[in-house]
Amino acid sequence: MNRHLIAAADLSRDDALLILDTAEELARMSDRPIKKLPTLRGRTVVNLFFEDSTRTRISFEAAAKRLSADVINFSAKGSSVAKGESLKDTALTLEAMGADAVVIRHDASGAPHRLAGWIRGHVINAGDGMHEHPTQALLDAFTIRRRLGGGRSGAGGLDGVRVTIVGDVLHSRVARSNIALLNILGAGVTLVAPPTLLPIAVDGWSCEVSYDLDAVLPKSDVIMMLRVQRERMTAAYFPSVREYSRRYGLDAGRMAMLPEHAIVMHPGPMNRGVEIAAEVADSPRSTIVEQVANGVSVRMAVLYLLLGGAELTGEPR
Amino acid sequence: MNRAADTWLIRKATLPSGQSTDLLLHDGVIAETGTRLAAAGAQVLDADGLIALPGLVDLHTHLREPGREDAETIGTGTRAAALGGYTAVHAMANTEPVADTAGVVEQVWRLGREAGHCDVQPVGAVTLGLGGTRLAELGAMADSAARVRVFSDDGHCVSDPLLMRRALEYVKAFDGVIAQHAQEPRLTEGAQMNEGAVSGRLGLAGWPAVAEEAIIARDCLLAAHVGSALHVCHVSTAGSVEIIRWAKSKGWRVTAEVTPHHLLLTDELAESYDPIYKVNPPLRTATDIEGLRAGLADGTIDCVATDHAPHPSEAKDTEWADAAFGMTGLEVALRAVQQAMVETGLLDWAGVADRMSVRPAAIGRLGGHGILPAAGGPANLTLYDPAAAPEPVDPAAHASKSRNSPFRGVALPGHVVATFLRGTATVLDGKATS
Ligand SMILES: [Zn+2]
Repeated sequence: MNRHLIAAADLSRDDALLILDTAEELARMSDRPIKKLPTLRGRTVVNLFFEDSTRTRISFEAAAKRLSADVINFSAKGSSVAKGESLKDTALTLEAMGADAVVIRHDASGAPHRLAGWIRGHVINAGDGMHEHPTQALLDAFTIRRRLGGGRSGAGGLDGVRVTIVGDVLHSRVARSNIALLNILGAGVTLVAPPTLLPIAVDGWSCEVSYDLDAVLPKSDVIMMLRVQRERMTAAYFPSVREYSRRYGLDAGRMAMLPEHAIVMHPGPMNRGVEIAAEVADSPRSTIVEQVANGVSVRMAVLYLLLGGAELTGEPR
Repeated sequence: MNRAADTWLIRKATLPSGQSTDLLLHDGVIAETGTRLAAAGAQVLDADGLIALPGLVDLHTHLREPGREDAETIGTGTRAAALGGYTAVHAMANTEPVADTAGVVEQVWRLGREAGHCDVQPVGAVTLGLGGTRLAELGAMADSAARVRVFSDDGHCVSDPLLMRRALEYVKAFDGVIAQHAQEPRLTEGAQMNEGAVSGRLGLAGWPAVAEEAIIARDCLLAAHVGSALHVCHVSTAGSVEIIRWAKSKGWRVTAEVTPHHLLLTDELAESYDPIYKVNPPLRTATDIEGLRAGLADGTIDCVATDHAPHPSEAKDTEWADAAFGMTGLEVALRAVQQAMVETGLLDWAGVADRMSVRPAAIGRLGGHGILPAAGGPANLTLYDPAAAPEPVDPAAHASKSRNSPFRGVALPGHVVATFLRGTATVLDGKATS
């Protein structure tokens, strides 16, 4: 494992599998009545959030606490950061506080890279600008492995699995991390989006591109819907929310075109009625609630592996 | 600092033509050339193996004074220029206050004279406060003691086509030139780096080549329509070179510059997310570098200009999106050009003299500079050792107040040994004399 988790693209297949397998083991332990493990006792994990994201912060917080780490939540709003303190000065403050790991969410792509150059602790990227959100990709892969793994719950890679990612790929860190990790794990990826919401050089990415959702649906084992922001409409990425929804939204009719075993994913938060219809989000194919639960297991695994906690004994002590 | 009476005998220098000669500098001019010159009481400099270039001229320098003396002053910036082999620099107008009045350009011009390291020729703003809406008093700046001839809103594009047309037309009255920072603003909202494969991967908002090329094409057509002189700042794409080549083939009055960093560095450096590589226009691709070098070699691009843009460390010690655009360049420009153009066989030293001194002086309408060393000419000279072993660039050792050189740690060939401004040594033995 690398010292930090900044990008899914930096992971080897072995690293990725180790994280997923560790997450499985931790998930099994979490099913027991006493959820807490003592492995990171005395270690400090800082959640450094420059963007509001309650769900991701809570997920990391739950993960760290289940491993008995001390958690400090540092939100940029109303803090010295809001008063103009630089990221570097904030980093040095955290260092002085003895942070063993810093979980950072930032609106600037590359902020975790910069942070890693300034502090000794481990840096975990909880989403940076339009760049990456590696733990989201890991929890998505974990979810796919569990759902499509049949009886043998979650083992090995995702070789041959056909994943379709639909929506605002251009601005999406979730898409970038997923494309990288799915490739590493052997899955085939197809992107579906209006051309305005794809990067200009997408033909160099290791995935297929289509503008026609209906044509891709029958060939998808997994369909992953990205959140589309209404502001994109005013910036002329598409003419109207209704048109977007008609061409790229997943409704019940489209869901029926999927193979029977196919699952529907969404990283949340959803715009019901825009990229995903309510009956799809709430259908048995939808993994949206599971994704949230799996997020805690995967983040526990990442913290555990990066911080080198005590042996997993399989028994809570 | 009055050493105009200094007499220097420079022995065995190599002229850009390749010819070897002694040069006797006296009273601010080259008094004599030839072999085995002698002059009683002259200070002697052995220039065997050194090239005597006409003092370099930079068309594009940000000296930051007045207003941002924490980044650079006219004193530190011109010392850096002299150390880089420059005898004249054009100081860009985006200071605080903006150089949009006769008062500000005269102040900059006077401070340059007082510092004495090299001549400072102020550039005037095209529009009031660089606001892009109303013309500044271009005539007043032209008529001032600073004799402004180059006008630019650099840092901002004069994007309004009507205003650009009027500016181009208006400056014909005093043989002025509009130097355009070509950047279509709507196509570059929030832009962070070159739009391409790397920006897509890094998730940084793209600055597409077309945003530069579209403005250059429009401006060439406008310049042709009104018969005026257009200068294109910091050309960064292969497509821009093609458009300028086409405009020149029509006989239109279009000139262009390229920076040392655009001749050597690509957008892949952004992969570090280190904003030391953040610059406007952004670093482009290897294909663009090839086009720019070819354009500079065939003269489509007239000159090298540094776009020296000093910033204090806190402006770069931050996340990419938050960091300032810009790189220093004065102290390494000639070495970078040797690396990009001479080592590759694209330019000889006569070509370097042309692109770094003769042509920029002509574009800037700058008298007394850009004249190849010859008896009777001004004693503005740069003695350069092209055979000096490549040394890694160390920004901490730079005379510039700022450290934001993208060449940090990069080994570049060559060494500026001495610089003479009207016969006075501003640099000797690679060190500033004052
Ligand atoms: Zn500029």
